[in-house]
Amino acid sequence: MSLDTATVRRIAKLARIRVDDAEVATLQTELNSILGYVEQLNEVNVDGVEPLTGGAQMAMRLREDVRTDGEIAEKILANAPDRVDHFFAVPKVVE
Amino acid sequence: MSSYVLEGNTGTWEIVVGLEVHAQVVSQAKLFSGASAEYGGAPNAHVSFVDAGFPGMLPVINRECVAQAVRTGLGLQAQINLVSRFDRKNYFYADLPNGYQISQFAHPVVGTGIVEIELQDGTIKKIGITRLHLEQDAGKSMHDQHASKSVIDLNRAGVGLMEIVSEPDIRSPEEAGAYLRKIRQIVRYLGTCDGNMEEGSMRADVNVSVRKPGEAFRTRCEIKNVNSVRFVMHAVEAEAQRQIAVWESGGVVEQETRLYDPAKGETRSMRSKEDAHDYRYFPEPDLLPLVLEQEWVDSLKAALPELPDDKRRRFCEQYGITFYDAGVLTAEQTTADFYESVAKGRDAKLAANWISGDFFAALNRTGKTIETSPVSALALGQLLDLISDQTINGRIAKDVFEEMVETGASPSAIVEAKGLRQVTDTGAIDQAVTAVLAANQDKVAEYKSGKDKLFGFFVGQVMKAMAGKGNPALVNEAVKKQLG
Amino acid sequence: MTIAEAGAALAAKKISAVELTAAHNAAIAVLNPRLNAYITATPELALTQAQAADARIAAGGAGALTGIPLAIKDLFCTAGSRTTAASNILRPFVPPYESTVTQQLLDAGAVFLGKANLDEFAMGSANITSAYGTVENPWKRNGSDAKLVPGGSSGGSAAAVAARLALGATGTDTGGSIRQPASFTGLAGIKPTYGRCSRYGIIAFSSSLDQAGPIARTVEDCAILLQAMAGFDAKDSTSAERAVPDFRAAVKGGVKGKKIGIPAEYRTDGMSPEILRLWEQGVAWLKAEGAEIREISLPHTKYGLPVYYIVAPAEASSNLARYDGVRFGARVDGEDLIDMYERTRAAGFGAEVKRRIMIGTYVLSAGYYDAYYLKAQKVRALILRDFQTAFADVDAILTPTAPSAAFGLGEKMGDPVTMYLNDVFTVPASLAGVPAMSVPAGLSAEGLPLGLQVIGKHFDEETVLSVSAALERAAGFSALPTIRAGVSA
Ligand SMILES: [Mg+2]
Ligand SMILES: [Zn+2]
Repeated sequence: MSLDTATVRRIAKLARIRVDDAEVATLQTELNSILGYVEQLNEVNVDGVEPLTGGAQMAMRLREDVRTDGEIAEKILANAPDRVDHFFAVPKVVE
Repeated sequence: MSSYVLEGNTGTWEIVVGLEVHAQVVSQAKLFSGASAEYGGAPNAHVSFVDAGFPGMLPVINRECVAQAVRTGLGLQAQINLVSRFDRKNYFYADLPNGYQISQFAHPVVGTGIVEIELQDGTIKKIGITRLHLEQDAGKSMHDQHASKSVIDLNRAGVGLMEIVSEPDIRSPEEAGAYLRKIRQIVRYLGTCDGNMEEGSMRADVNVSVRKPGEAFRTRCEIKNVNSVRFVMHAVEAEAQRQIAVWESGGVVEQETRLYDPAKGETRSMRSKEDAHDYRYFPEPDLLPLVLEQEWVDSLKAALPELPDDKRRRFCEQYGITFYDAGVLTAEQTTADFYESVAKGRDAKLAANWISGDFFAALNRTGKTIETSPVSALALGQLLDLISDQTINGRIAKDVFEEMVETGASPSAIVEAKGLRQVTDTGAIDQAVTAVLAANQDKVAEYKSGKDKLFGFFVGQVMKAMAGKGNPALVNEAVKKQLG
Repeated sequence: MTIAEAGAALAAKKISAVELTAAHNAAIAVLNPRLNAYITATPELALTQAQAADARIAAGGAGALTGIPLAIKDLFCTAGSRTTAASNILRPFVPPYESTVTQQLLDAGAVFLGKANLDEFAMGSANITSAYGTVENPWKRNGSDAKLVPGGSSGGSAAAVAARLALGATGTDTGGSIRQPASFTGLAGIKPTYGRCSRYGIIAFSSSLDQAGPIARTVEDCAILLQAMAGFDAKDSTSAERAVPDFRAAVKGGVKGKKIGIPAEYRTDGMSPEILRLWEQGVAWLKAEGAEIREISLPHTKYGLPVYYIVAPAEASSNLARYDGVRFGARVDGEDLIDMYERTRAAGFGAEVKRRIMIGTYVLSAGYYDAYYLKAQKVRALILRDFQTAFADVDAILTPTAPSAAFGLGEKMGDPVTMYLNDVFTVPASLAGVPAMSVPAGLSAEGLPLGLQVIGKHFDEETVLSVSAALERAAGFSALPTIRAGVSA
């Protein structure tokens, strides 16, 4: 499978990264060279192999249902690029 | 069962509906963080760095949220999966801090189940449950708080949600409404969700398609976030009509997400959220598989409260009331508890009639609920006792009850204060009868000449003379006797 | 001077933590402008911490790390100190919280000299993708002043320790980011078992692979650092709930009777003769120390890199979605929300990060998931199985750390894949989650350090440390980098 420019643009849109025409061209070449490289996995027979989903093979611990966090609005907003009082602010969304 | 169809120009259409109900989990803390899961609060007060998706923050799952999902699954007579997983659903939105929602896509904690719904005509229908999975709620974007900006409150972000997905077994707006009401009843009985649709703690995504009877399914549309039973019923109807119009005009219904507009009573396309829908689900690498012990599931099952259907059946058997009355009395846990404390050791049918009759009427009239009712179960019980021990008759009881609603006073106090005790002294009754007959010689003559139906008139006059306090049986007897 | 020696000197009051820290602050002032090993130096903070350390030593409550000046990879969130992940998108970010690993180091009394440079979001093998400039390797080829890369992604950490701008450093390793830079700079570095160190507060690159670990001058120093960094953390669901063994004791363990595996598949055609020679030398040393050598097979080794370049970008594309200019970090305004996202991320991320986000987004996207991501996870399972099979017969595995010595700035930059090949020997252990360490074992013909890698069983860092220590003793590596504190460059 090799990427055409339309796909590169679609992926960039999905990833919310603005790309200009020059970037699309370079990305297309680079991504295709990476995809070409990983193609070799097709040689491997994985019939009946369970996918390995995580780094650790154990069951998950469950937390007790107690309130131990929150009530720190000022800290939560301290790094915000834009805010209105204790709300985060973004360009107006019209729905 | 009367099957519901819509008439189009090209014949009749059947509608096919499946619901995805999002029910907010009742818990102290959020699904993956220690922040409060309480509704409301000051902007971004119930938010931890985990909820706000800060760099390096990690999710840790809340045991109680899992327990609530399992309880709900058991309430839906569903398969509990001892091993399930979490996945990331990736999309960008201002109120989704991580850029992904942690959900369960491939391996939900609860599998297939069944709920029974009851229709107007009394028929019972089984609706299949496909799955129930746990996921995070999103935050809230508000677009009207500021002139040029949308503002975001993450208090709800990360609160546990149970998404309950039904099979496409629903065939009418009525069934859709009944199904949603039933799910709401079950989670409220279980205490796993407060079912408060106004506060959005329960929302439904409604999948609607139409087809000619006997056909295979046609394309469906998903109507997002419908937040009341009534709107769900309207939305199903409106969307079905729209799709029929599209098909019949030679068009094609396209699979899409739509919104229901209660004001216009119609659905409209949500193109805004439609762009590039590709969620790129993959296993959440920050979490491990959710593995449950069968013993734990069993212990949750053992501690489950009686479910509405079981309670309803028990009421019929134990109290000998009708299936319908039992339905009314078990609609809410509180109603059922109220009924049982009134009916205990008393005439259970009488208790049922009083609660579903005068008592509910009084609540509606005064805008009160069982919790705030001026008449307690104890007081209503005392009133029934006064009737059955002949202290007052049924007629007077209604007046006493109204007085109880007004003043909250105890029935016996009212009876004493107003001297409403029933008169069973035959001497006094005979006197009253004699007086009434004496005053109505002409009618007595008519009666004797065969106008039997005047009997009722004499009884009425005697009762009136006794201010309604005469014992009905004794009065009848005395009248009969004196008329010879 | 090593951490062990400094610790002894501090305990014996031969030197004070403030003196030790001041000396390092001074060296950083002189050499960092050239090496660029630190993105943010925090000399005042370091001195305050050093004073506290001296008080603690005086009070007799000192530990092995009390008063020891360290470099912290700028991927660890440090409360009140700017944390950038070497990215423009986090240029203004000051975390209000501390990562568990750095908190444990602070609790042990360590002194933080500053935040070390790295590849942007730890994506790279040469520390050339940092938005804060490349890092220069303090080592030079014989008779050449050409700038060499320190390896990556923990290149700043490695350069700082090699040039004596810190006694030790924290790093993170996703596919070799601790081991390869250690090898390029003549240092020891260990990636512990996945789950041994908490990931809480470490900016995520690839959640199922990221592990924190130390880089230091000796195996013993690594053991001392790991002792403080490791341990169960309830805030990380993937953190292992098990006791931390005495790593420092393990260093003296020795290899007598230990079975060491030599994987045939690592002997790639085109492997440089000097790397091959060093590897054989390592085998000879371990044999001499009484170890038993076994030829083993890790059949799926060659598929490690392709698996890695699907799994890591896939997880990264999702992990980096949170950098959207809404709650923290840099923002570039736009006409609407989506435009704001796209401009912010276009300006905030560098070329390599964008490449990986794009690849990751693609391999997860509808229609390609099974062919790429799912396939990669299945092959990853086979790679884990390879190690499990091998470890049924051996206690540890010996391989080279990297296919080459440090290369020049500007080399291997033709296309991304050439650069990726640096990690061919380190990636398999990352995919399997097993512990692996690089030890300096010799010099290349050009006079550059070369490392050997020791891979162990899950949660058996002790054997990894004792085997590495044996190699270290035998190699007696004593060469020093050209550019280092005290030696004016
Ligand atoms: Mg849905
Ligand atoms: Zn959902």
